[in-house]
Amino acid sequence: MTVSPDLNVDTVEEIQEASLLRDTMRAFARNRMALLGLVFVALLVFLAIFAPIVSPHDPYRMALDEQFLPPSTTYWLGTDNFGRDVLTRIIYGARISLVVGIVPSLISLIIGTFMGVLSGYIGGKVDFVIMRLADMMIAFPSLLLAMVVMYTLGANLFNIFVALALVGWAGVARVVRSQTLALKEKEFIEAAHANGASRVTIMFRHIFPNVVPTLIVLFSLSIPDAIMWESSLSFLGVGVQPPEASWGLLVSRGKEYLFQAPVVAIAPGVAILLTVLAFNFVGDGLRDALDPSMKD
Amino acid sequence: MLMFAIRRILVSIPVLIGITAILFVMLNVIPGDPVALLMKEHASPEVIARVTAQMHLDDPLWTRYFRFLSGALQGDLGTSIKLNRSVTSLIMKAFPNTLYLAACAAVVSWIIGIPAGILSAVRRDSFIDRFFMGFSLLGVSMPIFWSALLMQYIFALKLKWLPVSGFYGFEYVIMPAIVLGWSSAGVIARLTRSSLLEVMRHDYIRTARAKGLREVGVISGHALKNALIPVVTIMAIQIASLLSGAVITEAIFGIPGVGRISINAIQARDMPLLQGSVLFATVLVILGNLVADILYSILDPRIRSQMGRGKP
Repeated sequence: MTVSPDLNVDTVEEIQEASLLRDTMRAFARNRMALLGLVFVALLVFLAIFAPIVSPHDPYRMALDEQFLPPSTTYWLGTDNFGRDVLTRIIYGARISLVVGIVPSLISLIIGTFMGVLSGYIGGKVDFVIMRLADMMIAFPSLLLAMVVMYTLGANLFNIFVALALVGWAGVARVVRSQTLALKEKEFIEAAHANGASRVTIMFRHIFPNVVPTLIVLFSLSIPDAIMWESSLSFLGVGVQPPEASWGLLVSRGKEYLFQAPVVAIAPGVAILLTVLAFNFVGDGLRDALDPSMKD
Repeated sequence: MLMFAIRRILVSIPVLIGITAILFVMLNVIPGDPVALLMKEHASPEVIARVTAQMHLDDPLWTRYFRFLSGALQGDLGTSIKLNRSVTSLIMKAFPNTLYLAACAAVVSWIIGIPAGILSAVRRDSFIDRFFMGFSLLGVSMPIFWSALLMQYIFALKLKWLPVSGFYGFEYVIMPAIVLGWSSAGVIARLTRSSLLEVMRHDYIRTARAKGLREVGVISGHALKNALIPVVTIMAIQIASLLSGAVITEAIFGIPGVGRISINAIQARDMPLLQGSVLFATVLVILGNLVADILYSILDPRIRSQMGRGKP
C-alpha cells in the first residue's frame, strides 16, 4: 500500500484502524445477501420509530362492524377479530420485536463479556466457578428456562429482558473466555504487564478491544434468536400481554380464527421469518467480514 | 474408554445438582403462596396455616430443597397442586407420547438433513447446494408455532388430508413430526455438508481417487464414514432437545406430552408440576449431551486419547 502524503491520519494505529474498518465494510458490501438484510433491517427500524406516522390506522381502535375484512386498499392485510388493521398491528409489533431483539442481547453481551474476560484472565477458582455456572445455564433447555423465569417474575416486557439475558450470557462468556485465553499469551499483554499495568487495565484496555469484533458478530447473531424466543414466549401466553402487539402474540390470537381469516395469523409470522432471516444475513456477513475463523 | 465415560459422568453430577438448586430457588421464592392460590378466597387463615404446615411450606428454603432433592433421587417429584396426583406418574404417563413424537421428528430430520447435506457438499456452490442451504436456513428461521399453523391451514383445513390436532393414531403425528423435524433438519444438513467438505480435503481421499475409484465410491466408501461422526453425535443432543423442545408443537397439535404438562402447569400456576416437568426435560438434555460425548469418543479414538491426556 502506498501512503499518499495527503492521507488524513497521524499515527500508525489510525492507519490500521481505518483500514480494518474499511476492509470490513468492503468485505461486507461484497456480500449481496448481507446488504439485502441490512436494507430490510434499516427499513424495519424506520417503520418502528415512525410507526404512528407511517401506519395507516390506529392499532388499538376497535370497530366490531369491520371484523375480519379481507385485504383491500383501505386495509392492506385486512382486519382482525376486533376490526383492527392487521398491517398497523404488525408495524407496531416491530417496535416490540426490535426492542426485544436488541436489549436482552445487549445485556447478555455485557454480562457474558465481563464474565468471560474475568474467567479467562484471572483463571483458577474464579474461572472454575464462572464456567460451571455457564455449564448449568447452557444445560437448561432455553425455552423452559425462560418460561420458568416468566412464571416466577410475571409476564411482561421487562421480565422478557431478564429471562432472555439469563438464557444468553453463558454462550457469550464461553466464546469470550476462549479468546481471552488465547490473547493472554500474546506479547503485547506481556509487555503491558511488564510496564506495570494493573490486571483491571490489562483486562479492559488491552484484552477487551481485541474481543470487540467477535462481540459485534455475536450481538448481530443473537438478535434473531431473541426475537424468536420472545415470539415463542408470547405465543405461549407467557410473554408480552394484550393489548400490546407483539408478533408472537398476534399469531397466537390469530390462530383462533385461522379458518375465517388466515391472514391475521399468517402475516405476523411472515414478519418474524423475514426479520430473523435479515438479521441472520447481516450477522453472517459481519462474521465473514470481521472474523472468518468463526465460520462453522 | 471406560475411564473417559466415568470421568464424563462425574463431571455432569455437580452440573445436575446446581441445576436443581437454581430451578428450586427460582420456583420457590415467588411472591404468592401456592396454598392461598389453591384454596382461593374461601379458606380461613387457620386452614391455610394447617395446609401450609402439611405441605411443609413453612420450613426454611434449604430444608425444603434437600427434601425435594432426596425425593427426586427416589423418583418422587411431589404432588401436583391442581390435579392432586403424583407428578412422577403424570410425567411417566405423558413421556411415551413425547418420545414417540421426538423419534418421528428425528427420523424426518435425518431423512431430509443427511441426503441434503451430502448433495450440497458434493455439488458445492451449485444450484442444488444453494437450494438445500436456503431450505435449511428457512427451516431454522421459521418460528415453529407459525410453520405449524401454516401446515394446519393447508393440509388440515384446506386440503383436509390430515387431522388438525389430537393424538389418536399415526396420522396425528405426521404434521407435528414434519414441523419439528424440519427445523432440526437444517442443522443436520449444514453439519453434514461442512463435515463432508472438511473430510474431502484429506490426503486419503486423494489416494482413493488416485487408485481409480469412482466419485460415488470415494464418498460412500471413504469420506462419509468419517464425515458422519460429528453428525451421529449431534443426533444424541438433537433427540434430547427435541424431547424438551416439543413444548410448542405439543401445545399446537394437542399432543398430551411432557411439554404440554409444563404449559398447563404454568397456566394453572401448579408449581410442583412445573418444577417436575422442567427438571425431567433438563435431565434428558444433560443425558443427551453425555451420550453424545461418549458416543463421539467411541467413534473417534482421537478424541479419547486427547481427552485422556489433557483436561476433559
